[in-house]
Amino acid sequence: MRDRKSSISDAEIDEIIGNLLRAGVIVSSLIVLVGGGLYLARHGTESPNYHIFWGEPSDLRKVLGILKFASSYSGRGIIQAGLLLLIATPVMRVAFTVISFTIQRDKVYIGVTLIVLAVLIFSLAGGG
Amino acid sequence: MTAGFLGALTGLGGGVVIVPLLTLVFGVDIRYAIGASLVSVIATSCGAAAAYVKEGFSNIRLGMFLEMATTFGAVFGAALAARISTHSIAVIFGFVLVYSAFLSTRHRASAAVTTEDTRHFLPDSLRLDAAYPGSAGPVSYHVHHIPTGFSLMFLAGGLSGLLGIGSGAVKVLAMDRAMQVPFKVSTTTSNFMIGVTAAASASVYLNRGYIDPGLSMPVMLGVVLGSLSGSWILMASGTRTLRIVFAVVILILGFEMIYNGITGRL
Repeated sequence: MRDRKSSISDAEIDEIIGNLLRAGVIVSSLIVLVGGGLYLARHGTESPNYHIFWGEPSDLRKVLGILKFASSYSGRGIIQAGLLLLIATPVMRVAFTVISFTIQRDKVYIGVTLIVLAVLIFSLAGGG
Repeated sequence: MTAGFLGALTGLGGGVVIVPLLTLVFGVDIRYAIGASLVSVIATSCGAAAAYVKEGFSNIRLGMFLEMATTFGAVFGAALAARISTHSIAVIFGFVLVYSAFLSTRHRASAAVTTEDTRHFLPDSLRLDAAYPGSAGPVSYHVHHIPTGFSLMFLAGGLSGLLGIGSGAVKVLAMDRAMQVPFKVSTTTSNFMIGVTAAASASVYLNRGYIDPGLSMPVMLGVVLGSLSGSWILMASGTRTLRIVFAVVILILGFEMIYNGITGRL
């Protein structure tokens, strides 16, 4: 009985996860595209130098800094926000898996998934 | 320059090609190149996974269990990348390229389906065994050698974090050969894991300031366009000739990376 119930919700969950991933890629690409357009319109003629490594300014490194930078309609900030969303997409997927294992009352895998989620959030928050 | 990127990437794709292309051809610093590559790896993985999950081949439990190894490995690898010199990264990258060129020319021996059910100490409580939809109803399978697979996954995660590649080859190797998971299950599950692993590495790179918007933008858009236009599938299921050409290109890039790393140009 339990198997049958979980197999139905498994299919539904797969459906939602598939849509979530596709939406994540499409929305983040669009954001990057908009930001890229702005960036090229303003700086398209400059020749960027990536041979020498400077590292990005702190506003383009931290989650809050990026969002702040993007809200000022900076092309680079908007691109970075799109990239952030893309990076967050698999994280959201893992978070969603926690919910699905909770529905299935699978304690072992709630634990396993929470560990993975914790590592992801830890590195996104800058602890890595 | 942007147009060049787009054209090249839609045709080639894959983190294994992006980093050497950016560093050797365009002279980009390898740390920026790895950051941009990780972003494209996530995009590819998520795009492909959206199609895969609906078919029911991927084993989420197995993926999530092994994900513990790959994410820790990825964070470790990304931390290591900040501590060792770019020359060493280039040399390691070169060796991985040479190795994957070697792997891709070898004909994949279809893993013999072992029917005997042995070894039952870890898998039971973890419920890793599952079934996938076959032509005649669900086909169930058994997961073997979990400790070996788990260690290989840590290595795969470490390489992903250090080099900015998906290390899908190592993941499939671990599941296909060591754990004896059916081929379709191991490829789709590894694709799912690649995205999560790359997200862990990319987060660390982002916080270090290795992900540059101006560079990542054309790379990411190029990869997304490429995967939408289907040249990816062409690449993955390509003919034998195409595969050999690809292997030769990777081999040359590998030696180039090693040479430039040793002489200190990268």
